[in-house]
Amino acid sequence: MSKKIVISTDLNGDITEFIADERDSLLDALRERIGLTGVKEGCNNGNCGACAVLLDGILVNSCCVMAAEVDGGSVTTVEGIALENELHPVQQAFLNEAALQCGICTPGFLVAAKALLDTNPEPTEEEIRFWLAGNLCRCTGYDKIITAVQEASKSMQKK
Amino acid sequence: MVSTQKKADKTYKVIGTRPVRPDGLDKVTGRAKYGADIQLPGMLFGRVLRSPHAHAIIKKIDTSKALALPGVKSVITHKDLPTAADIALDLGETTSNMKWLCDKVLAAEKALFHGHAIAAVAAVDPHIAEDALALIDVEYEILEPVLSVHTAMDKKTPNIHPNMKTVDMIARFQAGEPSKVQINNVASILDLELGDLDAGFKEADIIIEREFETGTYHQGYIESHNGTAQWNENDEVTVWLSTQGHFNARDVLSKLLQVPMSKVKVIPMEIGGGFGGKIPMYMEPLAAIMSKQTGKPVKMHMQRDEVLLATGPTSATYIKVKVGAKNDGTIVAADAYLAYESGAYPGSPVGAGAASMFLPYNIANLRAHCLDVIVNKPHTAAYRAPGTPAAAFAIESIIDELAEKLEIDPITIRMHNAAEEGTRTSDGRLAPASLAVKELLEEAQATEHWNAELSDPSIGRGIAIGAWGNAGLESNAYASINSDGTINLNTGSVDIGGQRASLAMQLAETLGVDYDSIKPQVSDTDSIGYTAVTGGSRTTFASGIAVVEVGNKLKEQIIDRVATFWEIDASQVHYGDDGTLNGPEDKSIKFSGIGKILSRTGGTIQASATVKPNTQVATFGCHIVDVKVDEETGKVDILRSTALQDVGKAIHPAYVEGQIQGGILQGIGMALYEEYYYDDKGILKNASLLDYRMPTSYDVPFTETTLIEKPNPGHPFGVKGVGEVPIVPPLAAVANAIYNAVGVRPNILPVNPRRLSVLLKEKNKK
Ligand code: FES
Ligand code: FES
Repeated sequence: MSKKIVISTDLNGDITEFIADERDSLLDALRERIGLTGVKEGCNNGNCGACAVLLDGILVNSCCVMAAEVDGGSVTTVEGIALENELHPVQQAFLNEAALQCGICTPGFLVAAKALLDTNPEPTEEEIRFWLAGNLCRCTGYDKIITAVQEASKSMQKK
Repeated sequence: MVSTQKKADKTYKVIGTRPVRPDGLDKVTGRAKYGADIQLPGMLFGRVLRSPHAHAIIKKIDTSKALALPGVKSVITHKDLPTAADIALDLGETTSNMKWLCDKVLAAEKALFHGHAIAAVAAVDPHIAEDALALIDVEYEILEPVLSVHTAMDKKTPNIHPNMKTVDMIARFQAGEPSKVQINNVASILDLELGDLDAGFKEADIIIEREFETGTYHQGYIESHNGTAQWNENDEVTVWLSTQGHFNARDVLSKLLQVPMSKVKVIPMEIGGGFGGKIPMYMEPLAAIMSKQTGKPVKMHMQRDEVLLATGPTSATYIKVKVGAKNDGTIVAADAYLAYESGAYPGSPVGAGAASMFLPYNIANLRAHCLDVIVNKPHTAAYRAPGTPAAAFAIESIIDELAEKLEIDPITIRMHNAAEEGTRTSDGRLAPASLAVKELLEEAQATEHWNAELSDPSIGRGIAIGAWGNAGLESNAYASINSDGTINLNTGSVDIGGQRASLAMQLAETLGVDYDSIKPQVSDTDSIGYTAVTGGSRTTFASGIAVVEVGNKLKEQIIDRVATFWEIDASQVHYGDDGTLNGPEDKSIKFSGIGKILSRTGGTIQASATVKPNTQVATFGCHIVDVKVDEETGKVDILRSTALQDVGKAIHPAYVEGQIQGGILQGIGMALYEEYYYDDKGILKNASLLDYRMPTSYDVPFTETTLIEKPNPGHPFGVKGVGEVPIVPPLAAVANAIYNAVGVRPNILPVNPRRLSVLLKEKNKK
């Protein structure tokens, strides 16, 4: 039998304590132990980006991080990227540009795109495509996703 | 009845606009609930033990050690299926679906493919469930796997299903008599014939015959299959799942679990992609049985390797096509032989591929000989225009070669042979007036892309077209008007790519109200009438017709109520396009004020409609693509991509474009990257999303789209199915572009660097 551990982390801005199995990935813990099911599982081995979160500000696939590793750190999920009373510009752009069909890849793309725009506010199309190559989408052909990130970048410049 | 037939040139208020979808906000904030997001008190977690062998007799299964593990609540095998006893009596001489279905969810006598479900476990924690799998002892006797259509049909190869007889199909989907020609491992034979083939070939000045192969491709939806079941003491079963059709799921579960349909409630959660692959049932029945045994809800969620191993991919194919043409480009005869892998059980889409491949053309003399072949691979499932991308790859490659040999432009030769109203199709029907092959080719010829210079000799341009038949099928819809004039719309169509938006838009247009005043939702099987799967590109079409009918029924009732309120005759009430009602002496009321009248004249109103339209039509797509080939490595880069499609009428053009762009990229994946790799023991070697290589955003440029609107008179707004056909043309378009660049014709897809290098080496030897 495996052991249970207590973990404390800054989760979307609030200190959160939870109990996890020592074998839980961060993805398992977020979804099954805490109930933050906005984080999606597409492959559970680092190949699809659906589970992307920010760990201490850095983009990671949460299925490839052990829950125990985030003790004392900070985690941002799709549930935490909206601004106060307002969507994050990249969320708004995904809606305006019809950048989602089934929507299962969307949380991962949003977190990844936010991470890109945080460090590179005016990426080229090439840079966007390269950065998002770790996120698979099977529905859209990526066209409207790339356009949405370009739109989000523009709208953030205006602000 | 208010007429909803609209003229083609009619302009609309809501149809054709691009509103934000009603479910969008929840999907960008992470609130939307998909199947795996379900959490129930006391829930157990289920896992499946899968066969490590492609073909093996199951001699013994010992579950005792697994059951003894603390935290394990249930372990089941084939014997625990409620139908096991009945199935054992069925000797399996024919293609009895029930037997196949049961055997697929839990193997009975034999494991028939790598990954075949052998046993299932439910435990209090997913890690314990996983540990328990390792404690189940299975004794196998390994058999030689059958891994290609050629081996399968060899006289020396034994039948995988010993009692199976080859059946002659009368028409697509209709099994007929046991065939006089018994071929090993061939479940069925279908022949489509038109005209006189020999006479046709006699007229030909040129005949080209080529062989083609395509690999096994997976639909690749990013959300794995999942299902959660609760079985209560009254034998009522509730299932939450990810499916393209919850009524289909309910009906299958009812049969498999031997529970009346009324006692099975299926709640469709948001679905993370399907493309045809989320129609079959896999673990949901197992979750239900283990819930019955434990009294607790059981949740199951496949791992990605299980999805690739054990859910239905598409058929790998072998296709031989012979085409005869006159010197002026007229195609006089075409003969196709198609052998499709169906996997472990019958039912490949070979007939659909054969029926669709010739649809764009007027060919007087035709034959397609179709074989459905059993092999030791997972049972194939539908995948976007099932069976057709492979078949179109074959015919469109040959037409490209014909054009080259006859020195005719590739668009001109297609135009010359294009099907039009009244063309007889290979399944004997006459093409309808709204057929738009010529319009499609004219638009393609006029694109900037087709006319642009190629900048470099290593760059080639290819073009191909394709067709898909589309489905009608049954749909139900229900709407009610609230006392404040807002509307709730319920349908039975699972929403994968924006159907809630496209259906609400059609109701808004019918009633003349704002899109925002309608709240659409997908209802569960207890709350709405039977509705067929979201598939066959049918939802915006068929459920759209149901919704328009609901709108018209509501309008009639509104007119009656307003007439009662104004104390006049209903014929004196005029319902305006903007939802305003007018009567004599300047009587007028806006739709938003109707709620008050309703409450004073008998309460709120509602309407429902069931439709099963047979007015769906085939649609056509075209893909133009530029590729750059690295002759050193055989790597192909897509430089430019343009898609054109006959869409009937685009209700929400952004979502139509999205369907096209997504389908095109899946087709490019089939052409260049994706493939199952089995070793000679039938073990799948690339069961991950790293090794099963789907295109990423970095692999491709934008796909420019052109929507050609030639309305379907069989839909109130002219809708045709748009979702599937875009996947059809890219395979041949890419292959033709490669030929244009480097002078070799890929005949096996995917044409990855390894395969293309071989072709380039052979060329350089010559
Ligand atoms: S689920 Fe983590 S990368 Fe796919
Ligand atoms: S929208 Fe379905 S996978 Fe991206």
